[in-house]
Amino acid sequence: MSDRYLNLVNSPIGSAVASRVGLPQPAVLRRYKAGDPPLPGPAVVGSTTGEVPTALTTILTKAGIEVLDSLPEGQKVAAAVLDARSIAAPPDLGALRAFLQPAVKALSANGRVLVLGRAADGANVTVDASRQALDGIVRSLAKELRRGATTNLLWVEDEASLESALRFFLSGKSAYVDGQPLRLDAGEAPNPSDWEHPLSGKTALVTGAARGIGAAIAGVLARDGAHVICADLTAAGEALAKVANRIGGTTLHLDVASSEAPQRLLDHLAAHTDGLDVLIHNAGITRDKLLANMKPEQWDSVLAVNLESQLRINEALLGSDQLNAQSRVVCLSSTTGLSGNRGQTNYGATKAGVIGLVRSSAGVFAKHGASTINAVAPGFIDTEMTAKMPLATREVARRLSSLQQAGLPIDVAEAVSWLSSPGAGGVNGQVLRVCGQNLVGA
Amino acid sequence: MNTRRAAIVGGNRIPFARSNGPYARASNQDMLTATLDGLVARFGLQDERLGEVAAGAVLKHSRDFNLTRESVLGSRLSPNTPAYDVQQACGTGLETVILVANKIALGQVESGVGAGVDTTSDAPIAVNEDLREVLLELNRSKSVGQRLKALAGLRPGQLVPSIPVNSEPRTGMSMGEHQAITTYEWGITREAQDELAAASHRHLAAAYDRGFFDDLITPFLGLARDQNLRPDSTVEKLAKLSPAFGKQLGEHATMTAGNSTPLTDGASAVLLASDEWAAEHKLPVLAHFVDAEVGAVDYVHGDRKEDGLLMAPVYALPRLLARNKLTFDDFDFIEIHEAFAGTVLATLKAWEDEEFCRRRLGLDGALGSIDRAKLNVNGSSLAAGHPFAATGGRIVASLAKMLHANGGGRGLISICAAGGQGVVAILEG
Repeated sequence: MSDRYLNLVNSPIGSAVASRVGLPQPAVLRRYKAGDPPLPGPAVVGSTTGEVPTALTTILTKAGIEVLDSLPEGQKVAAAVLDARSIAAPPDLGALRAFLQPAVKALSANGRVLVLGRAADGANVTVDASRQALDGIVRSLAKELRRGATTNLLWVEDEASLESALRFFLSGKSAYVDGQPLRLDAGEAPNPSDWEHPLSGKTALVTGAARGIGAAIAGVLARDGAHVICADLTAAGEALAKVANRIGGTTLHLDVASSEAPQRLLDHLAAHTDGLDVLIHNAGITRDKLLANMKPEQWDSVLAVNLESQLRINEALLGSDQLNAQSRVVCLSSTTGLSGNRGQTNYGATKAGVIGLVRSSAGVFAKHGASTINAVAPGFIDTEMTAKMPLATREVARRLSSLQQAGLPIDVAEAVSWLSSPGAGGVNGQVLRVCGQNLVGA
Repeated sequence: MNTRRAAIVGGNRIPFARSNGPYARASNQDMLTATLDGLVARFGLQDERLGEVAAGAVLKHSRDFNLTRESVLGSRLSPNTPAYDVQQACGTGLETVILVANKIALGQVESGVGAGVDTTSDAPIAVNEDLREVLLELNRSKSVGQRLKALAGLRPGQLVPSIPVNSEPRTGMSMGEHQAITTYEWGITREAQDELAAASHRHLAAAYDRGFFDDLITPFLGLARDQNLRPDSTVEKLAKLSPAFGKQLGEHATMTAGNSTPLTDGASAVLLASDEWAAEHKLPVLAHFVDAEVGAVDYVHGDRKEDGLLMAPVYALPRLLARNKLTFDDFDFIEIHEAFAGTVLATLKAWEDEEFCRRRLGLDGALGSIDRAKLNVNGSSLAAGHPFAATGGRIVASLAKMLHANGGGRGLISICAAGGQGVVAILEG
C-alpha cells in the first residue's frame, strides 16, 4: 500500500509545510532498478592511515564508480567510503571526524556512508575499545543523516566478500539498511561473471512465496538469474501460481510444519533439480496474544512453522545429497527477535530462535562445501499484514526509524538475494537488519 | 512406422465446485485458463511452445467456439502453442488425452496438454427456437417491408429462453432416469450404491488428508478442496435420502442425490510428452499411456437392460483387454468413473455375468470380477463431483501419480458418456 504521508511531504506544497512546522520528511528512497549502476555519482574515499589502499579503489573503479581522493569544492558526492581498519587508539578516531564532516555535508540525497573497520578481537584492550567505537559513530551518524542517506559499517576481517559487499551497500539494493554493522570473514566468494545476474544457473527455493515478502524474494532471486521453486501451502496455491508464472519459476505445495515436509522437499529436489543452491526460510505466521492470554495452540503453531520447520529442513538437507556446495541459506528473522514486541512472546521466541539457529549452524554449513547460513531481520515493512493495522498505529510505526518510513518487501528481498549470491560467501552466521534503523530496540 | 508411448508428466485441476457455488460467475474460459496456468506454474512451462493443447467442454457457449485456443492465449504458455476443441460428452477429458498421446506416439508432437472444463452454473442459455427463427429471418431481410414482416412474427411467448437440459435428445430422458432403469434391470440394491458412495467420500477425504492432491490441485476462487466432499458421509446418513431418479419404479427406486453425482463446475489438465522432452525439461515421468478404446451402445432401440445409456464401457473394455492380452488381474488400480453408483455396480455385474459375457461380448465366460481394494482407491466422482469434460483429466493425473508412487504397475480407466458412449484406457507405470 502507498505511504500517503511520504507522497505528501515529497510534493512541493507538502514539503514546504512539513519543513516549516518541523514534521518528519521521509525521502523517496533510491531503490535498485535492473541496469542501474551501483552508485549514481562519485564516491569520495579516504583512509585513517592517510593512504587509500589500492585494492579498495580498484574494486570501486571496476564497478564503474568514479573515485575521488578529496572533496572538490562545491561538488556533491553519492558516497563517502572510509577505511578505518588502522584505528588502534582513541586519538585515531579523530580522523573519522575529520574525513566524515566535510563528506557528509557534500553528500547528495540517498547518499551512502560506508566505514570499514576491524572487529575487536580481545588481543588488546585499547585497540578493541577504539575499534568498537566505530560502531557508536556509525549508528549515531545514521540517525543524523537525512534525505534517504544511510551509514553502515563493515568489519573487514577478510576481503573475500569486500567487492560484493561494497556493491550491495553502495547500491539502491541496500536502501532500507541503515546504521548496521556486518562482518566480512574468509570464505569461498567467487565473483559472478555477470554482476547483473549473480545467481545465474542457481536453483533456489523460497518458502512462504505466495505473497508479501516471500513473493518479493522469489521475484528478486529470479531477476538475479536463479530458477526459483516457490513453495507455500496448498491453500495458497492460487496466489503461488501467479507468483511463479510472473517470475518464470515453479510451484511446490508444501506445509513446512508437517512431519513429511523435509522428505517431500528432498524428493522434489531429487526429481526436479540438480540440487539446491539457495534456500530461503521465509514461511512464517503470527498468532499474537499477550502471554497471559496465549492458548497452547497459538504458541505451538507459531513455534512449529517459524522455527522447528527450519531446524528440521536444514538437518534433512545437510544429511542428504541435495544441498550443493557453496549453498546459501537465508532465514527470515525479525526486529521482534532482537528487541521484543508486546503480544508476540511466541513470535519473538521464533525470531530470536532463528538468530540462534543461524549462529550455531554457521560452522556446519561452512564445512558443507563452504556454504553459508545467515538471517535477515526486517523491521517495519509495508505488507498486506501491516495494511490491516489501525491507521494511527501504522503511521506512527512507519516514522519510527531513521529513514522515517516503512520498508518495502523488495528491500528485504534485495538483502536476501545479496546474502544468497556467490560473492557473499564471506558472510556466515550473521544477522542483517533491514529496518531503516528502527528506533525501537535498535 | 515406429511408435513410442506417451509419458504422463503430471496434471493440474482446480477443486470441483457444486453448481452455483464458488465458481458461479466463472466461465469455462476462466476455469480452463486458471487450470492451464496452474499446470504451467507447477512445471515451469512459462513461454513454452507445446505441441498442442486439446480440450473441450460439454456445455459450451456458441461464442466459445475456440475455447481452448482462447484459453491458451490467455495463459502463460507461449502464444505459439496451437489448440483445438473436442467434445465427446463425459468422455471429452479422456479423449483429449488419447488424442495428444497418439500424436506423441506417432512423433507428430513432443509435448501436449489434454484438458477439459465444464460449468453448469455459467451455462449457455439460447433464445427460444421460435424467436431464433424470427431473428434469422430478420437478418435475411433486405428491404424495410421484409424486415417489418419478419418483426411481425414476434410473440411474447418467444421471450422464454431455451435453457439446456441434461437429457438425451433422442429419448427426452435425463441421464439419471436412463441409469435408474439400468440400475433396476441389473438388480443393483440401494445398500450397495450407498456403500460405494460412502467409500468414495471416505477415500477422497483420506487422500486429501495425506496430501495426495498437493501436487494435483491449484485452488481457485478461494476453494482449496472439492466442495462436494463430505468426509463424514456414512451408509447410514446416505440411507436417509429420498430417491431422486426413477420415481416411476416406486419402491424399487434406489438412486438418490447421495449416490448420484451432483452438477459440478471445474476443470482439469494433463501434461503429456515424449520421454525425451520430459528428460530435457528435467520433469519426472509418472506413467505412460498404453492404449485406449471407445465404445457405443444403441440405447435408443437396444435392450432395456443390456444397452443402457451408460453401459458402453462394458463393451469397449473387453476389446481393449483382448488387444493388449490383459486381464483384470494384470491391473493394480482400476478407476471407474462414478457417474452414478448404479453405473459402476451395473458395469461390474455385467462383467461378472457369464451368460451376458458369452452372448453379448463374445467371450468364453465372464470377463471377471474386480478386486474392490483396487477400485477408485482415492475416491471418484461421487465424492469429487463431475464437471463433465474435466473428469477424464482428474482420473488420468491421479492414476498416473498412484502408479508412480506404487513404483510401477498398470491402471485401467473406464468412463461412461452421454449419447451411449464409453471411453476406456490403460496406463502403465
